[in-house]
Amino acid sequence: MSQPIEPHPMHIGSDGIGGPGRTGGFSRVDRTEELHTRALLLGDKPVRQRRRRSFGRWFTDTGWRHIVAWVAIVFALFPLLYIVSASFNPIGTLTGSNQLFSAISFKNYERLFTDASVPYGTWYLNSLIIAVVTSVLVVILCALGAYAFSRMRFRGRRVSLATLLVVQMFPQLLAITAIFLLMIQIGDVFPAIGLGTHAGLIMVYLGGALGVNTFLMYGFFNTVPRAIDEAARIDGAGHARIFFTIMLPLIAPILVVVGLLTFISVIGEFAIASVVLTEPSTQTVAIGLFQLVSGFQSQNWGVFSAGALLAALPVMVFFLMSQRYLVGGMISGSVK
Amino acid sequence: MPGVNTEQNPSERQMRPKHRAGKMFDFSTPGGIVALLIKVLLLGIIDAVAVVAVYVLIGKEQWIALAVFVVLVALVNLIYLKPGLLPAKYLTPGLFFLLIFQVFVIIYTGYIAFTNAGDAHNSTKSDAIEQIIRTSQDRVPDSPAYTVQVLSNGNELGLLVMEPGGDLAFGTAEQPLEEVNASPSSWQQLNLSQIISAQDEVLALQVPVSNDVNEGTLRTSDGQNAYVFISSLAYDEAADSFTDTATGTVYTDDGRGAFRSEDGKALTPGWRVVIGGDNFAYVFTDAQIRDPLLRVTVWTFVFALGSTLLVFALGLLLALVLNHPTLRGKKIYRVLVVLPYAFPAYLTGLVWAGMLNEQFGFINEVLLGGAEIPWLSDPMLARISVLLVNMWLGYGYMFLVCTGALQSLPEDIVEAGTVDGASGWRIFRSIKLPLLLVAVAPLLIATFAFNFNNFGVIYMLTRGNPRFSDTTLDVGATDIMITMVYKVAFGSGGGRDLGLASALSILIFIIVTIVAVASFRRTKALEDLN
Repeated sequence: MSQPIEPHPMHIGSDGIGGPGRTGGFSRVDRTEELHTRALLLGDKPVRQRRRRSFGRWFTDTGWRHIVAWVAIVFALFPLLYIVSASFNPIGTLTGSNQLFSAISFKNYERLFTDASVPYGTWYLNSLIIAVVTSVLVVILCALGAYAFSRMRFRGRRVSLATLLVVQMFPQLLAITAIFLLMIQIGDVFPAIGLGTHAGLIMVYLGGALGVNTFLMYGFFNTVPRAIDEAARIDGAGHARIFFTIMLPLIAPILVVVGLLTFISVIGEFAIASVVLTEPSTQTVAIGLFQLVSGFQSQNWGVFSAGALLAALPVMVFFLMSQRYLVGGMISGSVK
Repeated sequence: MPGVNTEQNPSERQMRPKHRAGKMFDFSTPGGIVALLIKVLLLGIIDAVAVVAVYVLIGKEQWIALAVFVVLVALVNLIYLKPGLLPAKYLTPGLFFLLIFQVFVIIYTGYIAFTNAGDAHNSTKSDAIEQIIRTSQDRVPDSPAYTVQVLSNGNELGLLVMEPGGDLAFGTAEQPLEEVNASPSSWQQLNLSQIISAQDEVLALQVPVSNDVNEGTLRTSDGQNAYVFISSLAYDEAADSFTDTATGTVYTDDGRGAFRSEDGKALTPGWRVVIGGDNFAYVFTDAQIRDPLLRVTVWTFVFALGSTLLVFALGLLLALVLNHPTLRGKKIYRVLVVLPYAFPAYLTGLVWAGMLNEQFGFINEVLLGGAEIPWLSDPMLARISVLLVNMWLGYGYMFLVCTGALQSLPEDIVEAGTVDGASGWRIFRSIKLPLLLVAVAPLLIATFAFNFNNFGVIYMLTRGNPRFSDTTLDVGATDIMITMVYKVAFGSGGGRDLGLASALSILIFIIVTIVAVASFRRTKALEDLN
């Protein structure tokens, strides 16, 4: 459909290429009149005929989009609905879970917190401790580093930045054999931070998260005008005061983004955690749930579903609440 | 901050000369008293821990580690005590972890790739000798019965022995028997029920009779009587060889981390030695691993490329469809469509593994009415399943990215196309898509790089299965390189081989480097640094 440029500013950008849409309200009246006039001027078909075909027109314009959207939503949601249903199904096997929402009970959830063979509470607590501590430390260490890179000029700065950019291209997982042997050796000298400890795992995660996130924060620091810290300095504030009381509040959004991204990725990390955490009592939700279904998938399905749902919900809520910031951060950081 | 801290008033402050050229600001303002206290406290903790560590390292005779450690701690003290060096003060905490757990481990992987590290060779030679002697022990036929008590100090067990002559002696697994007058303090005797509950540990307890390993150990099976056990293999320190006392076979150091007899039989365990390029040679020449690795490599590229294209195609399609000014409810649509991306990746694989189960899964049983399609056990279908599941997981990201990019496209160009009479498809093809690709190209490369090492989806969904039938290695049709590394190093299939896994890691490093170079060439990210 070809259509001349509409001179009316109200319509610019509101309708794109699709032609007249269902804008509703007053504008539709304006619109109809305008089209009527234009149709007369251009010798187009009478408006009456247009309106009779309006369903077909609506369909080719936006109607089919609803259908595509619903197909996509079904594709997106049915696994999630299935897992919700399975978690409430008291039968608890794979076959039993196939009839969606055929029975509702909290039996699986009870088992999660009462069955000694499924120490879900311990797993959950371990995951939370590791993820929260790692996120907080990553935020602090990255902010310190990014501040120095952004606000100070020193020899080797550009080279360091370039190195950082290159180093973060290599996923830490590739060095998993070295991490394993290194943790054994650290454990020989310092059992408290060696293999099998949360502190050791947190240190490993720190090493892996610092490269990319320092870079992310460095970019954000650069957007804060230098005039601000210069003014503070003239007022007599020292570098630490400028950093903690002036810069940190200004870059709060990126601190939240880095913290959340780190939290989500640490909660979901399996490979390194499974190698470093050797004792069952120290293991995380990811390892625990994996073991729950790796051998006896069809028997433990209900309990697994309940555990998966409880593990996924906070992450999903976090994610959707901060989606706008996260995606912005992810675009500049290219993670996940 | 007027009036908050008089110390920092510029008029009172000692004005230092700018001593370094090229510095943007003079950062030499002294901090407050609180900052000083925090600094002293933190440094004090670090140095206290360092002193303990130095003692431990001296005790273990780890001289290289000790030297590195002392230099590091001295450097930290220098950085925080010396005035100036401000960038270093901010960078050191982060750099410390980055250098050890990101940079050093990569170098270390390179070293391990040239060793035989693994289950069969996991320690030093002296540990291996001790281990061989311990595991090859038999009870001495005419050993007298020693009356013993099992003691515990909370961490380990020890034996208090009444020797035939009437003397008391005490020893643990680490510490050979030593004469004592009474049971040592801080060690408690285990009662019968404690012995039963700790049965496995009591059975495993071997207390050396003396410092000479060939004299054997004391072991007890009931916690009351102990007997002398002697190794059937005698170690000759001068000749550096083991002799089987029963058969007379001699096992000598084969130079490759094991004691080996002339007919090729090796004693286990061995110890870790550098074996040069053997791991790489094995990878490239042995058909047991070369052919599977080739297939895994090809599939890794197919998987990474296919995943990238699929998530981009579906994400872009949905972004185009839902990016319409008068579409009602598009905000709700957008949230619902993005939900899979918010679902944790590690759970996605597990959930889909259940749904794709051949006999009981939701897909076969409900959606396909009882079909028995081997989604995860047929090699080709398993690969398709992996791609589809990864698409489900990842398209939300591309949808968000493409929606953002579409909304920021300049309106006038699109409109100009409309004026010129271009069709909707034509406008998309010739105007929107090229502009979009410019914006998302770096992200496509990043997505490719991410999927190239996407351990989570593969391992959780199929664990690399179905297995290849033409190799004894635990490698399968859906394994990508990183899951193969993990399974070779830590798999349950036995014969865990860290050296081989590291060699495979190095191969991935090389590929990732090539991808990284290509991406930097394209984005000019390195040139843009300032």
